[in-house]
Amino acid sequence: MKGMTVIVKKVTQFMAPVIFIFGIYVVLNGHLSPGGGFAGGVIMASAFILQILANGEILDKLRKEESGLEFLESTAILGFLVVAALGLLLSGSFVFFSNFLKQGVIGELLSAGIIPLENIIVGTEVCAAIATIFIALVVFKDEVTK
Amino acid sequence: MEIYLIIMLILMICGSLFSLHAKDLLSAVISYGIVGFGLVIAFLILQAPDLAIVQIVVEIITLVIMIAVLNNTTHQQEESRFHFSKMLYFAVVLIFAALFFIAFNKISPLLSSFGNHTTRMATPYMHGATVTGSANLVTGIVFGFRAYDTLGEATVLFTAVIGVLTILRLKGKKDE
Repeated sequence: MKGMTVIVKKVTQFMAPVIFIFGIYVVLNGHLSPGGGFAGGVIMASAFILQILANGEILDKLRKEESGLEFLESTAILGFLVVAALGLLLSGSFVFFSNFLKQGVIGELLSAGIIPLENIIVGTEVCAAIATIFIALVVFKDEVTK
Repeated sequence: MEIYLIIMLILMICGSLFSLHAKDLLSAVISYGIVGFGLVIAFLILQAPDLAIVQIVVEIITLVIMIAVLNNTTHQQEESRFHFSKMLYFAVVLIFAALFFIAFNKISPLLSSFGNHTTRMATPYMHGATVTGSANLVTGIVFGFRAYDTLGEATVLFTAVIGVLTILRLKGKKDE
């Protein structure tokens, strides 16, 4: 896969950060507005995919990126379990996933206890997973054609 | 409102039928996109914006990956000839469609009207905003009441990534 023309590259340079920030917005506002961890994570991953499709691949960089994304994904899913276990330990009732933080006022950004935390973790996990799958396909194609 | 939903569903059925019978694989993939984006509009009509966001993003990424795959293959599909067994399949499909039509015609007056389902399971979720403290009720259910489900979904995604990496790895780790 070679890169595309200069116009596409320039437009991608402008658009990819905006898409990534929109993904972060969707994740952070998941408990207030439609969206949430899964949708925001896929939007963030689409910024990566746009960059790879437009600029073509630089394989050494992509391999490094792939191992980093794998680490991020495994850490995120471990963090989800850690949050669940903290709910088991810190709250009085011995329930997995119990809400051990304060609920706050409904409608504010910092509210709903651990739900924004879980949103961020799931968003990271989904973003890393989808980007990893795409990069693995690209690298595999290069290894086969060699 | 319901008439728009029926129009969208008919359009989706037409798109899937065309994608099965298209000669060119690229047009088959694109008409498969009609199904996905029609589903987005159907979700919006049914007032499910969370699902619509997820569906539109996943649909775009799936189409991009499929078109990227098609760039490396031939566009043409191989011709298939007419067989007698196709007639048999067609007859079986027609019989089952007629049976389902008769059954639904008899059953559907017994159900409650469209949109007013019996909410025996979900009644506690109605006041979920005050219990979980999140203004978006869907997130409150997914991460609050049903956090185990979310853990399972995240694990499924993790397993899928491990499977893809295992299958696509050509060199073993020992060679390095």
